[in-house]
Amino acid sequence: MNAAGFPILSLVTFLPLAGALIILTVRGEDEVVARNARWTALWTSLITLALSLVLWVRFDSASADFQFVEQAAWLPEFGVGYHMGVDGISVLFVLLSTLLTPLCILASWESVQSRVREYMVAFLVLESMMVGMFCALDFVLFYIFFEAVLIPMFLIIGVWGGARRVYAAFKFFLYTLAGSVLMLLAILAVWYQAGTTDIPTLMEQAFSPRMQFWLFLAFFASFAVKVPMWPVHTWLPDAHVEAPTAGSVILAGVLLKMGAYGFLRFSLPLLPQASADFAPFMFALSVIAVIYTSLVALAQEDMKKLIAYSSVAHMGIVTLGIFTFTVQGLSGALFTMLSHGVVSGALFLCVGVLYDRVHSREIARYGGVAKIMPAYALVFMLFTMASVALPGLAGFPGELLVIVGAFKVSPWVALGACMGMILGAAYALYLYRRVAFGKITRDDLRSLLDLSPREYAVFAPLILLTLWMGVYPSSFLNFFEASVTALVTRHEAALGAARLAGM
Amino acid sequence: MNWTLALPEIVLGISGLLILAGGVIPKKDSFFPVSMAVIGALVLTAALVLGQGEGTAFMGQYVSDGFSRFAKVLILAGAALALVLALDFNAKAGLDRFEYAVLMLFAAQGMMVMVSANDLMSLYIGLELLSLSLYVIAAFDRDNARSAEAGLKYFVLGALASGLLLYGSSLVYGFAGTTNFDRLADALSSGQVGMGLVIGLVFVLAGLCFKISAVPFHMWTPDVYEGAPTPVTAFFATAPKIAAIALLMRVLAGPFGDLSAQWQQVIWFASAGSMLLGAFAALTQKNIKRLMAYSSIGHVGYALMGLAVATDGGFRGVLVYMAIYLVMNLGTFAVLVAMRRNGKTLEQVDDLAGLGRTDPQMALWMAIFMFSMAGVPPMAGFFGKLYVFLAAVQEGFWVLALIGVFTSVVGSYYYLRIIKVMYFDAAQAPLDPRSAGVTVVMAGTGLLTLLFFLFPAPIIAAAQSAIVALAG
Repeated sequence: MNAAGFPILSLVTFLPLAGALIILTVRGEDEVVARNARWTALWTSLITLALSLVLWVRFDSASADFQFVEQAAWLPEFGVGYHMGVDGISVLFVLLSTLLTPLCILASWESVQSRVREYMVAFLVLESMMVGMFCALDFVLFYIFFEAVLIPMFLIIGVWGGARRVYAAFKFFLYTLAGSVLMLLAILAVWYQAGTTDIPTLMEQAFSPRMQFWLFLAFFASFAVKVPMWPVHTWLPDAHVEAPTAGSVILAGVLLKMGAYGFLRFSLPLLPQASADFAPFMFALSVIAVIYTSLVALAQEDMKKLIAYSSVAHMGIVTLGIFTFTVQGLSGALFTMLSHGVVSGALFLCVGVLYDRVHSREIARYGGVAKIMPAYALVFMLFTMASVALPGLAGFPGELLVIVGAFKVSPWVALGACMGMILGAAYALYLYRRVAFGKITRDDLRSLLDLSPREYAVFAPLILLTLWMGVYPSSFLNFFEASVTALVTRHEAALGAARLAGM
Repeated sequence: MNWTLALPEIVLGISGLLILAGGVIPKKDSFFPVSMAVIGALVLTAALVLGQGEGTAFMGQYVSDGFSRFAKVLILAGAALALVLALDFNAKAGLDRFEYAVLMLFAAQGMMVMVSANDLMSLYIGLELLSLSLYVIAAFDRDNARSAEAGLKYFVLGALASGLLLYGSSLVYGFAGTTNFDRLADALSSGQVGMGLVIGLVFVLAGLCFKISAVPFHMWTPDVYEGAPTPVTAFFATAPKIAAIALLMRVLAGPFGDLSAQWQQVIWFASAGSMLLGAFAALTQKNIKRLMAYSSIGHVGYALMGLAVATDGGFRGVLVYMAIYLVMNLGTFAVLVAMRRNGKTLEQVDDLAGLGRTDPQMALWMAIFMFSMAGVPPMAGFFGKLYVFLAAVQEGFWVLALIGVFTSVVGSYYYLRIIKVMYFDAAQAPLDPRSAGVTVVMAGTGLLTLLFFLFPAPIIAAAQSAIVALAG
């Protein structure tokens, strides 16, 4: 059946849902329910993580094919099936999702005190949908997971968020939905054209250039909002600022990757001609995103908002790398997505640590934290440096590869990406200086406690990963090398065929 | 004459008369036992419908096929569940008179005749039996000015629509020489179509669009929905909509199938108008019943999209859409019926504030219904939209499909607003405890809405065989 010997992807996808059902059935005093909900959620997500590690061990990184494939009839007469599988592009995102979820649950252990049961249910449902989305090999199935993510996230922002949570939740939901419904029409057009929504089958399908043009625009509407690309990124700072810490972590860590993943999984393989035609447009948007949002980040007074804008800039590097159509660019984009998932998630957790203690995200409210919380300052510095792409840390290999890939296309595009690194260093270091260094201006900061054991437990795996990805990137690059090479080869073949047909 | 074919209608009619007689005899009002008897009769009829044979009867006036069976089962289920919702509500609101249940029974019978009509005459008779029952039920809370107004308004406008329909039928008869659907189909397939016949068709369409509250004949809907007692609104929004849409499909796909070029544009306009109006007019509504009225106008617009496409795929989409619409709407109205605090009925959206805390179970079901109506997967409502959009895209109805997805984004705003009120806003005092029947309806329809994605195949197959009967 598959390399694991049992339907592992379905299990990883739906196990969190089972945990959510168990939590829903807990009855009793509020205190008891909250405690049970926390522990059940933690154990469910840990077991899911352990299961998903099987993927890490058993994944055959020499092959570009889909692995651990599961298929079942669902709507056979429509050509829609339940089809799950992972390849080098998606497998690490499954692991990223299953890794971040238990960390998020741990991070919310004390900071979430109201409606704990609903909170944990929302997170487990969210995990289930995220994993399902990365595993889905059927377009309709993909769309269902892709959209269903909105429901728990909407509730997480709206119920447990900050002061303007309602505005942020609506903006998040409606922006994303507006993009997605256009993709739905594109899916229907593809479905009608090909008679199936099975993604591996669709990859063999060639669409006419005119159709590719429209399909690309429709996919773009959905994925660009999700990435988010400039100028449709405005929902992200609002959502990040208002979401609870763990919500921000998932949002930055996994949800932002869904857009770029969509480009990689659908736009590039299905629409090679249109992707090539639109590449300059994508470069322009990406470079604008990198430079503009980095500048905006410099001016931010709110820590979360600053990191949110930095996410837009990093995702600009990712989209730039994707549309270079080179092995380096695509590998760099994938690596940046992963490292950004770890690092920006960790940065939001760092903000969360301060917010839990002081209940403020205003940068000016802090100063001199390094003297009071030395361990925290060290952790924060590590992730800041990783975000700046300091060599030896997670951010560096990906951005370097993207720049190398971009150079192959055009030195100007590479320059844009380089600008992002410089400006990135500026705003990240500026943030760190204002928070960690300087005189202690507020006396109430003096009584802050350093990291608790629980917080150490949250940060430890992320620190480990950040160092690992920086020092020995090939253990991750190995995973997607074969798939990326196959993707690029296929892309060039498709373009070549189109050129021949054109002549 | 093959009159036994109409056994379900006959059984329902006779049980209606018996129940009516049984309700009159006791001195005390017997709302509850009569309602139970009516529900029993509806269930019995549904069983008979499932075993009903195929063919025509009453000299071609009546037809029984897969399509009519599909619609009838939905109608009977909708009517029975709507009556369940009324049980407790009517007792508390002082509306527990047995005529209510009997009128619902006759309305159900009218709807069954409608979907089995094979002649403009039997169509009209079925429609009038339904309408007369509905006029009375709308004004059932007769001491309440709003309910009386709703009944009167519905009666006046409904009579106008019936007049239009009748006038259209007479034109069709005049120009085609028959009212029988089969003979009409023969007559229209052969040659030229006169202007008078097209005008007649438009009048018939206008009359039917009134019944399904499609734009531009929707004006009565918000007022009637708001004024009528909530269980009545629940009934209005479900079974009669199914019956009228099914009737419209039968008329358009059957006798007027060859005139599709003529009616497609009309339906196209009604569909686009309904979707747009349903989305935008509901944005500012504070009364949840009014909001549901505009929501139902919007949903009819989506269903009509499948009809405008005029292919088997489109018709199938309509049937699937209406089946899903029935389920999620009944569930939503179960929540609305349960909105009652200190014995007083509540109708404002804000009255749901904090329901996520005070009644998590009901809030969860309501959230499922709202996400489903907004068309967010994996809820059932998404699949309903998926099938009509698929048909529209296949036939190149891009503008309609774009209007559809655009309005579904706009519409999702007001569905989300209800979720926001329930989950994000500060809690109010808890609602009164609800009756078991309402909870059962809520949970049953909620589970169907949530888990539809697990078992879409049988429902789609049923709709498919219904369509085969319709087109064949």
